[in-house]
Amino acid sequence: MLDATDRAIIDATQAGLPLTPEPYQALAEALNLSADEVMQRIKSMQRRGVIRRIAAVPNHYKLGYRYNGMTVWDVPDEQIDVLGARVGQLDFVSHCYHRPRHLPEWPYNLFAMVHGKTREQADLQIEQIARLLGDANRGHCVLFSTRILKKTGFRRSA
Amino acid sequence: MDELDTKIINTLQLGFPVCASPYRQVAGQLGITEAKLLARLENLLANGTLTRFGPLFHAEQMGGALTLAAVSVPVAEFDKIAGIINAFPEVAHNYAREHTLNMWFVIATETPQQLTATLAAIARQTGLTVYNMPKKREYFVNLKLEA
Repeated sequence: MLDATDRAIIDATQAGLPLTPEPYQALAEALNLSADEVMQRIKSMQRRGVIRRIAAVPNHYKLGYRYNGMTVWDVPDEQIDVLGARVGQLDFVSHCYHRPRHLPEWPYNLFAMVHGKTREQADLQIEQIARLLGDANRGHCVLFSTRILKKTGFRRSA
Repeated sequence: MDELDTKIINTLQLGFPVCASPYRQVAGQLGITEAKLLARLENLLANGTLTRFGPLFHAEQMGGALTLAAVSVPVAEFDKIAGIINAFPEVAHNYAREHTLNMWFVIATETPQQLTATLAAIARQTGLTVYNMPKKREYFVNLKLEA
């Protein structure tokens, strides 16, 4: 579980890691901790999966990925875990989830995000997923994003 | 964006060390100075090429709750509804998408109760049916786009 010190570290890094030569030392000073403790706690949160990783997140559009599609598929529930794991392993899929259907208007239960610099590239990725699913694909749909309406980090309301 | 920016983006998407001088370590791998890496990184964040650099948190592992939800918005009301939904601090992302369900947003809260309350408030304030699609299982998450 997270204690108050872990949460203080999370809050202090919500805006990002400090851009100074010793970022963990900078966090430590702001939180009145030692740099060693900050680093140990961050490593521990990584081990426990609270921090997925420390990394840069690019804006898809700025890197030229204009075709960001949420592909959604209707696959049999009894096969979804096997198929979802295989779709998730495709190198161009950035996120892959099992989500609930809302029948009758939303029959799709498998979601996979694809990203293409061209429409053709995205279409090829979608074809590849369709091929992998084969007969298990009872229907699918691709929802391309047309506009980012809001994008912020996940904030704790504190 | 030049070749060095590309290298920096691709390298830093993979991860970042936890040690006393992590920028120096990464700069060494890239064959540049620490000062240059920091300056480039600052610039990539300032011009929006990178939306974030730092720890990527797993909301549920933090004890929080997360969901994806969608609404079907009449075209004439699109901007008004986007304004209402974006005003919720719990809404982290919101995307316009091509479908009858044309607005898709991610809600992140500290507790499952707050998530339920936020979904209800959005339904009330927009007058729309909110389709709640929390993940049942995660198969893969790793946003890594070659720059």
